[in-house]
Amino acid sequence: MAEPVLETQHLTMRFGGVVAVDNVTFTLRRGELRCLIGPNGAGKSTFFKCLTGLLTPSEGHVLMQGEETTGWPPHRVAALGVGIKTQVPNVMDGLSVQENIWLAARRFVPSAQAAAKTREVIDRLALGPIARTELGRLAHGERQQVELGFVAASDPWLVLLDEPAAGMTAGEVARMTEVIHELNRTAAVVIVEHDMQFIRSIASTVTVFHQGAILIEDDVETVMSDPHVRNIYLGKKA
Amino acid sequence: MDLTVVIGIEILYAVASLALISVGLAVVFGMMKVINLAHGEFMMMGGYATIVSVNLGINVFVAMLIIAPVVVGLIGLVVERLVIRHLYGRLVDTMLATWGLSLFFIGLATIIFGNTTTGISTPIPGVAIGNYQINGYNLFIVVVSVLLMIALYLVLGRTRLGLIARGTMQRPDMASSLGYSPERIYMATFFCGSALSGLAGAILAPLVGLVPTSGGAYIAKAFITVIAGGPSLIAGLVSSASVFGVIDQIFTFALSPVIGEVALLIAAVVLLRLLPQGITARFFRGRM
Amino acid sequence: MQGTAGKDVIVTVLVAAVLIWALPLMVGTYTLTVLAIYAMLGLSLGLIWGFGGILCFGQAAFFGLGAYTYAIAAINTGESTLPMILAVIVPCVFAALLGAMMFYGRLGDVYLGVITLVVTLILFKFISSTAGPQYTIGTARLGGYNGIPGFPTLNVPGRPDLFIWGDALYYLCAVALLLVYLGVTWFLRSSFGRIAVGIRENETRMSLIGYDVRARKTVLFAIGAAIAGLAGALFANWGAIVTPGLFSLSQSAEIIIWCIVGGLGTRFGPLLGAAGLGYLKFLLGQQSMINNTMLMGLILVLFVLFLPRGVVPAAISVWRASIGRPRRAGRAGALRRNRRRGRTDG
Repeated sequence: MAEPVLETQHLTMRFGGVVAVDNVTFTLRRGELRCLIGPNGAGKSTFFKCLTGLLTPSEGHVLMQGEETTGWPPHRVAALGVGIKTQVPNVMDGLSVQENIWLAARRFVPSAQAAAKTREVIDRLALGPIARTELGRLAHGERQQVELGFVAASDPWLVLLDEPAAGMTAGEVARMTEVIHELNRTAAVVIVEHDMQFIRSIASTVTVFHQGAILIEDDVETVMSDPHVRNIYLGKKA
Repeated sequence: MDLTVVIGIEILYAVASLALISVGLAVVFGMMKVINLAHGEFMMMGGYATIVSVNLGINVFVAMLIIAPVVVGLIGLVVERLVIRHLYGRLVDTMLATWGLSLFFIGLATIIFGNTTTGISTPIPGVAIGNYQINGYNLFIVVVSVLLMIALYLVLGRTRLGLIARGTMQRPDMASSLGYSPERIYMATFFCGSALSGLAGAILAPLVGLVPTSGGAYIAKAFITVIAGGPSLIAGLVSSASVFGVIDQIFTFALSPVIGEVALLIAAVVLLRLLPQGITARFFRGRM
Repeated sequence: MQGTAGKDVIVTVLVAAVLIWALPLMVGTYTLTVLAIYAMLGLSLGLIWGFGGILCFGQAAFFGLGAYTYAIAAINTGESTLPMILAVIVPCVFAALLGAMMFYGRLGDVYLGVITLVVTLILFKFISSTAGPQYTIGTARLGGYNGIPGFPTLNVPGRPDLFIWGDALYYLCAVALLLVYLGVTWFLRSSFGRIAVGIRENETRMSLIGYDVRARKTVLFAIGAAIAGLAGALFANWGAIVTPGLFSLSQSAEIIIWCIVGGLGTRFGPLLGAAGLGYLKFLLGQQSMINNTMLMGLILVLFVLFLPRGVVPAAISVWRASIGRPRRAGRAGALRRNRRRGRTDG
């Protein structure tokens, strides 16, 4: 078995009296592609924010490649070589696609190579035709693509994606899937997702969150046919 | 013993006057999320309204408690219609525009009243406590402040009007779907906030020599008292006025009034750094 | 990219040279000197606000600090070279400390405004209260409301007897302004400048990419303060006296008005706003019909309401529209959206 790149140990996050993430111990190994699923309010997005440093967990530990990163600010986590995409498109609206990608590329390569790196990422994501357009004028799906461009530009060994397929057209999702697979060649990937169709197309191991804890962890088909999981998604009828 | 009472009253007065100079700003900021940087000038105009009325032979209490709030409230109404209503939801732009208004009113007052100090005498004589003489007017300010806080609490918490106002501030869309016009409620709130600023300026007028730039002395204190108070309007106002009032008085007694003011401002900077959401965000969550 | 940069510099220098030569034919150099100083001060706020998104209501604090540092150091040393250097360093260090405190506390726009404003007031109150003889630094008395007069003004470095004043001071200030302008231009083309603009656009995203937003904002804030400090030192030389009025709220307001009127997100806007409104103030000073403070206030209100982008960006878009060239990224427009959001959260 490959070595773990991301681990959490007894991770807990409370907001006042609400326990959003409850004692989660989770392991992701090199080369893995893992989807985190669960109904609304299951705690997967909070868990995600604890990994990226956007939230500081109440208890427990986060380890990346064996290094303790609990409570680190996001920029330190990202600087380790972790590519992050948040739930809502989070881009520099007033700048062009090229300028946006350049900012991500520049973080990891010297100024002289940043332009070349930017071109490479733009080609890779087929963003050429809109390279000079201001982000504020782009459609939702295109903005999501640019965010993926940020991730690709940082040559990450760990990729954390929160709902990458939300609000995208079928064509865009297909290209997104391709890019994620490509990233997965060099990086372990965690995807928080709702869309079952998309999860099936990515086909991987799935971790199901329910009420702040991990309910089940198995390959996608097993999880989909699990009656308990179906109950949670469709409402408790059984 | 007498000294303790005197110091106690001085501290009470410092807290009360801080609450008084901040209440107009607090209503406008707390309810509408508008920071009115012309607040100090509204107070200055309240002071002038009082002095002009008194010079015309009107009773000083009528001038302070009725004429000044009404005049400044009406000025506020004009300002809301002409400027503020175009900028709702744009916090920074409202700050800039009201800063412009503040300069405008300073200039206007300079043209009308000239750049000289005017004033009226305090209408209440001093009170003797043992060997010490204290200013009776300070006690009056304490009483007015306390009454004002109670009135504000009752209006906001116990009346239908207060409920509608609070509801509108939280969800303007819901209020309008229930048949209340947010526009009119904002207008009324700004009128009340301005009137309170005018009242504060009027009540403090006998204590200061008034010049057109007098507002500048108030705005920073009011500003930090409101911001440091945090989201709960009355609890925030009272708690931050207490903290700053006590600090101000301790340093004033120990060193000098200027050091007292500087200490107050430094305390504000430190407090904001420690509690960026204000005192009540942490300790009085969810109260009014 | 490099080619156009070189061309820009040459064009800027040529235009500036013509202006520096031609303007004294129309306006007295005494007035022009202070306009150049104002322009530099405007540029300092334009840099941190327009390109870094840092809303500072107390840029006057650094201006005043620069002026006072110069005056105090000049009295103590009896010459001007070291005081000029200190006048840049002291505000810069002060801003770095203040900035670190604010940015590492993740304070939002409004709180930033409050704190910078309050700090300016603290300095104003403190300096105003230093009339007593116990307030001296070295051999310099702080002088309270009356300020500090009679300090040695600029001299040729190494020649304390050779003063720079009158026309020479004008040329010095104009050239200093040109150098600062070129420096800002270079800075904005550098990685650090481009990253600063990215932070203005979206702080969270920039930190998720891996940039330490807090440190970068602190550095930018300190650079702005250094420029303001330089302007303050030159102002002290121009006026030959420093007073607490330099720290006043109205001084801070004026700098903000210059930036709003000229246009944020451009280099030239704040500069033009400062010089233009400074000249207007000078003209108004010669009559007593219109009150200057009232007019400045009115201008600010009207611009916020009707031309919030400012003169220069508006002129650029009118010009572009009229010659029908496709518009590229509307920088000022983007900044505008950020301001509109007006976050109160930390």
